[in-house]
Amino acid sequence: MSSATKASRIGEELWKTRVDKVNAELVTLTYGTIVAQLCQDYDGNYHEVNKQLEKMGYNIGMRLIEDFLAKSNVGRCANFRETADMISKVGFRIFLNIAPTVTNWTSDNNQFSLIFDENPLADFVELPDDGRAQDELWFSNILCGVLRGALEMVQMQIEAHFVSDVLRGDDTTEMRVSLVRYIEDEMPPDEE
Amino acid sequence: MTQPARHAAMLSISNSGPNTMAGEKQQSTQHMHTQSQPSQGLRVPSNRKTIYDRHLNRSRSAELSRASFAFLFAEMVTYAQRRVTGIQDLERRLNEQGYPLGLRLLDLLYYRTMSSSTSSSLSSSSTSASPPNRPLRILPLLHLIHGPLWRLLFNRPADALEHSVSPETPNEYMITDNDPLVNTYISVPKEMSMLNCAAFVAGIIEGVCDGCGFEAKVTAHNQPTEMWPGRTIFLLRFGESVMEREKVLERAGVK
Repeated sequence: MSSATKASRIGEELWKTRVDKVNAELVTLTYGTIVAQLCQDYDGNYHEVNKQLEKMGYNIGMRLIEDFLAKSNVGRCANFRETADMISKVGFRIFLNIAPTVTNWTSDNNQFSLIFDENPLADFVELPDDGRAQDELWFSNILCGVLRGALEMVQMQIEAHFVSDVLRGDDTTEMRVSLVRYIEDEMPPDEE
Repeated sequence: MTQPARHAAMLSISNSGPNTMAGEKQQSTQHMHTQSQPSQGLRVPSNRKTIYDRHLNRSRSAELSRASFAFLFAEMVTYAQRRVTGIQDLERRLNEQGYPLGLRLLDLLYYRTMSSSTSSSLSSSSTSASPPNRPLRILPLLHLIHGPLWRLLFNRPADALEHSVSPETPNEYMITDNDPLVNTYISVPKEMSMLNCAAFVAGIIEGVCDGCGFEAKVTAHNQPTEMWPGRTIFLLRFGESVMEREKVLERAGVK
């Protein structure tokens, strides 16, 4: 059984049995108000909004990994490819009930893409028609931060960013994830 | 007509955010007039995965992880906390963040109660037997909040609905939630014991009331009991104009 299929089964099983649920729209709308508030506070400076969302995600990720490990009880991944499957099939399944497709690996196996067919965070969303938001705002940027924060806690320094988003008029929503390095045992960095 | 000033103000705020539905169109046209920039409108994906092409009830019974909600809500509170001067200010901010949600949830509630009752009300639509969807009086509005709104957000109705017994405050109503979901994973430090983060929900209620044309101020208060340490009372104070209209409608026999 490939690691992807195995992860997929773990994820589905966990979603069914171990995850407390709430109405999806409550989550969607709450996230929407967060982004809307940031857009307002930063006066439409979408670059800053992206940055803040990433930071929020980072804070979430650092705590979310514990919940992930406690629920999933999975061990260390053998390589980054396995990590990718874990993120997509178990992580995203547990927290957002989706499993974005893992694809577009580089030959050194250090970079991949997550393609989101579904994105509950972006339901009901239309970006402001101000001629800038569709070029500058990454609405779901919090997810990049979540991955960075969560993986850092399990000794992987990664970089994640969106390269396309259906909200911007692209045909797919794609996030690019790159492994920067495995972190050797050292003191954890300060909270951001 | 005494339109509550805040309603107008909040509408423009909510429109500046991306999470908008109907209001967005209006604003964008305004933009084109005022800024005279050549706006070609929004780009849409060729597979047309836009909010206009997907069914509004698609996510009606969808579920997500409670942890995800808790994480997001906690970040929202933490973020709000960085920019406020005190507990009241923080609650005001949370309230303001919930407010635009209330306005939109109202539309969603109408839409859903209408579409689900179409079949049953078709035959009686011409008679006055079927109640109007939009509440005209305070009580039906409160029932809308206590029942359908709570079920949409929290999958259960609220726990109690009361009218103030004091003759001095006939405009005060209380909705009780014994164990608000939003506070489940929030631990409030001792020195901030007055804080109730359900102020966010109070804002949602306020949005619903204002959206219905019932000007109101809604606040969340801790009222713990032995059995329900997190018990929260949402205090709704309706404005004078609402109370006056209520009297007129009562005399006219409108229910």
